[in-house]
Amino acid sequence: MSLNSNIPPGPMSDKWTDYKSKMPLVSPDNKRRLEVIVVGTGLAGASAAASLGEMGYNVKCFTFHDSPRRAHSIAAQGGINAAKNYKNDGDSVYRLFYDTVKGGDYRSREANVHRLAEVSNDIIDQCVAQGVPFAREYSGMLDNRSFGGVQVERTFYARGQTGQQLLIGAYQALSRQISLGTVTMYNRHEMLELVVVDGKARGIIARNLTTGKLERFAAHCVVLGTGGYGNVFYLSTNAMNCNVTAGWRVVKKGAMMANPCYTQIHPTCIPQSGEYQSKLTLMSESLRNDGRVWVPAKLEDAKAIQEGRKMGKDIPEEDRDYYLERRYPAFGNLVPRDVASRAAKVECDKGHGVVATGLGVYLDFESAFERYGKSKAHSMNLHNPSTEKIRELGVAEIEEKYGNLFEMYEKITGENPYKTPMKIYPAVHYTMGGLWVDYNLETNIPGLFALGECNFSDHGANRLGASALMQGLADGYFVVPYTIGPFLSKEIRTPKFSTDLPEFAQAENAVKERLQNFLDNNGNQSVESFHRRLGKIMWEHCGMARNAEGLKKAIGLIRELREEFHKDVFVPGTMDEFNPELEKAARVADFFELGELMCVDALNRKESCGGHFREESRTEEGEAKRDDENFAYAAAWEWPDVKNDPVLHKEHLKFEAIELKTRSYK
Amino acid sequence: MKLRLKVWRQKSANDKGYFEDHTLEANEHMSFLEMMDVMNEELIQQKKEPVAFEHDCREGICGACSLVINGQPHGPMQGTTTCQLHMRHFNDGDTIHIEPYRANAFPVIKDLVVDRSSFDRIIQAGGYISVSTGQAEDGNAIPINRNDSSLAFDAATCIGCAACVAACPNASAMLFTSAKVSHLALLPQGKVEASRRALKMVNQMDEEGFGRCSNITACEAECPKGISIDNIARMNREYLSASLVGEEK
Amino acid sequence: MGWFSRFLTSSIGQKLIMSLTGLFLILFLMVHLAGNLQLLADDGGHSFNVYADFMAHNGLIQFVSKGNFFFIVLHAVLGISLWLRNRAARGGQKYAVTNVRAVNTHPGFAKNMAVLGVIVFVFILIHLYQFWLQMKLDNVALVSYEGGAELSDLYEKVKIAFLNPMFVIFYVVSMAVIAFHLWHGFQSAFQSLGLNHKKYTPIIQFLGKVYAILVPLGFAIIPIIFYLKNS
Repeated sequence: MSLNSNIPPGPMSDKWTDYKSKMPLVSPDNKRRLEVIVVGTGLAGASAAASLGEMGYNVKCFTFHDSPRRAHSIAAQGGINAAKNYKNDGDSVYRLFYDTVKGGDYRSREANVHRLAEVSNDIIDQCVAQGVPFAREYSGMLDNRSFGGVQVERTFYARGQTGQQLLIGAYQALSRQISLGTVTMYNRHEMLELVVVDGKARGIIARNLTTGKLERFAAHCVVLGTGGYGNVFYLSTNAMNCNVTAGWRVVKKGAMMANPCYTQIHPTCIPQSGEYQSKLTLMSESLRNDGRVWVPAKLEDAKAIQEGRKMGKDIPEEDRDYYLERRYPAFGNLVPRDVASRAAKVECDKGHGVVATGLGVYLDFESAFERYGKSKAHSMNLHNPSTEKIRELGVAEIEEKYGNLFEMYEKITGENPYKTPMKIYPAVHYTMGGLWVDYNLETNIPGLFALGECNFSDHGANRLGASALMQGLADGYFVVPYTIGPFLSKEIRTPKFSTDLPEFAQAENAVKERLQNFLDNNGNQSVESFHRRLGKIMWEHCGMARNAEGLKKAIGLIRELREEFHKDVFVPGTMDEFNPELEKAARVADFFELGELMCVDALNRKESCGGHFREESRTEEGEAKRDDENFAYAAAWEWPDVKNDPVLHKEHLKFEAIELKTRSYK
Repeated sequence: MKLRLKVWRQKSANDKGYFEDHTLEANEHMSFLEMMDVMNEELIQQKKEPVAFEHDCREGICGACSLVINGQPHGPMQGTTTCQLHMRHFNDGDTIHIEPYRANAFPVIKDLVVDRSSFDRIIQAGGYISVSTGQAEDGNAIPINRNDSSLAFDAATCIGCAACVAACPNASAMLFTSAKVSHLALLPQGKVEASRRALKMVNQMDEEGFGRCSNITACEAECPKGISIDNIARMNREYLSASLVGEEK
Repeated sequence: MGWFSRFLTSSIGQKLIMSLTGLFLILFLMVHLAGNLQLLADDGGHSFNVYADFMAHNGLIQFVSKGNFFFIVLHAVLGISLWLRNRAARGGQKYAVTNVRAVNTHPGFAKNMAVLGVIVFVFILIHLYQFWLQMKLDNVALVSYEGGAELSDLYEKVKIAFLNPMFVIFYVVSMAVIAFHLWHGFQSAFQSLGLNHKKYTPIIQFLGKVYAILVPLGFAIIPIIFYLKNS
């Protein structure tokens, strides 16, 4: 099978405009006859379902949550990028495009990224019109802040809850379509199988999670907006129910998984506190605007802190190592996430960590308190304010900016971050890899589209902060409503499908058998305990740093554990009821297979790039070393049957608008 | 720390529920839900059915978690969701009652899980701005007063967890409904259809079988996002003027 | 359903009725207190009886008092129906543990407005029977001051009533209940009307509390003083 990315011809900056002008359209009358299934109601899914409904398509939309508003996009904190250049600091579509490709370590598809940068401005406009309360200045104009990996301020934000506000906007747009009848919403329905008829995606099997019944749904095409697979690590910043099942079931039907090893480890999360821990909590990257990251320069100080004999504030200024500022003077604390995470790991591996486990670094706001305090004192016309007064004013300013984040930190750790510096450590946050899609966001299964985090297209090997929200909404509001046209325009004569087709019965039976096996198993161990063990293997061998030996070992361990899982997992209850354990079992089963593929992909990619760091491939200074000659491709894996080996297909990445060069933030 | 839990068990909406006793060894750094995870793990080890409870993001923003802990939705700490409540706020030897939200408009699905779809229907009745994709003008075309924008944000921060209904002795959904009415009415973009929105959302709210507000303010006290009853006053205003002054029948 | 009946049966329409009738009754209480304080004048009941006679025979006052009765009944009936409806909204299964917190009001008073209201209503009935009805039925002796027209000696009636310590206690306790009802009701009426403002609401809340204490206190001291003075 050859991969055709379907990139339109012409110069980079004209591709999308030309495409939109020339693409085939579907007339309003025909739209009414066409049915579209949208799975997932996060930013990508909800915005796509709403937009497609507005256009006149008959949309069936699915979420496993009790309401579309609970999708995990809601937890995104920091912001959303757009090339508005409201700050007059030289931003442009090209710069956003360039920063994203560079931030992704030159492993993304240029044409997709350029389109993303082009539509970014429309997203902000759309969201403002929907009533998203973005931060504003006293003039009433939109405010911006800065995020990692860029030198302009282009991030729009709504306090520390930007994802929530954007998702509520999309949810409201979706709710409007539901009330108008263009979208039929299926809450508490989990997609467990894709139905392919004559080689095209024509429906899904979903389990009604309230009654436990399997239900069949047919449509002319299927759109997935089902998010990332970070939960394969068990501990991540993802929500507990985030899973890869929808994405993985389509891989089993022949779709390809691209670059599964590209995982984003976010540098600023609250360190793990114990074995019982169920998830990790992110502290927004925006904190790195004002916080400074450091560890004690002396090993004995670090040891004293780990043992509780000293506190961060006991370490004098000259004995602190602000390692990001030291190593990357140009970007300092605002280097991209992959760089910041690895740097933290390096310091902790050397023994400079600052929590009991040794796995943590400080994020310190003391100098921000002083800086803001002085500026505030100045604006209040206070002459010779005392140090205490300055700090007090500074604390108030920081509280205004990040109050909810500080509060969250205190709730979780029980420590007051206004008094002692925050402790942070990297954690799995986002997955750049995902279903392989072409320029139309269509997978290699015709009629199956993938949007947002569940595809692989825009972020290469590393995603920049505030770009996930941008991509999810770009795909849903402004890309797929157009790019679904070429497929659907050929389907206008296709009548609605009956769910009585043998393909549907077959798919339903396969699901039933799979679920029944878990229930009949009557093993001794809980699903959760297997998931935890899988996560440990993944984190240890396929986490922040990877090497051939570890990956090979991990593949063996995962296979063994998978076997044990299918033999010894215990799932209580029955199929025909609300049964969360059964839901989890089906998800974890898919994580096992995905986890193995991630290791296979990581093993295959013998270079370091973005979030993928192969210890064998680094510069003398310890930085990641890319190998453009051999690995400038997207690795799309075909793996319909785990009994066989996965098959690699390469999409070679061409760089026309941007010169391929070593990424440097020094 | 040793805890005595009295957990509500109920097979489905039509079955009768009861309290089940558990004793549990917990750790003060655990979150409340992690404590529940430990309990469920023990139940599974005994081959019993674990307690069903709703949860997802575990960072206080998705609004899925929904327990009434010792008579308080999301437990004793104000401004905190259950998932962010930590066991350090309980004492060794405590007895903890864990109940589902109780309201006619929220039938129990299983154990501690209730059906909150009535909230979706209230939003569908009018909790949006009727703008389609592609119709928007530039984001800076209409300046928005910073204070209004900030108040709108305060209302928009609602996570739809329904603690307001659970806390209200009348099981009223006024805080939830008013938060959306306020959020949109405060913004110039949302003012255009503010009257219509208030009428339709309040009518839908009334139809769902929630109780009626008597300004007890328990909703604000228990709201994990601290949403103010000022929003209810604003909705009353909007509704009264829409009903009595507006020409739409 | 027409728009008006839909409005009147809507949750906010009914809030409006509760609020407006409540505010009227609050106003009435103040006027009533102003009149009753004349009972404390040291003139053997002259000014009070003149006042009572005026109230009983002035056409406008009579008209308003009809409205007053109507509002009391409306406030009570609607209040009770809302209370029943709200109890039902909780569903068949109540919480095993309840723990109500509130903001700027007393949670106990706020959630028990109906109970407090019923006690107040019972008090009003007894109070009306004891004085208003007796006057209507001409069961009150007549008195004449300085050769003027004969007036009902309601003052005497009050004096006799408050010789009984049980009545004194009943009145004082009832006033306490009214105070609790007002503690929540005063500011609640403004909130229901949507009269809410960052600057003025704290003032309304403060005035509400002052009113809730002073007015019932004013009423309560009358039986106490009568009892102490005359027994």
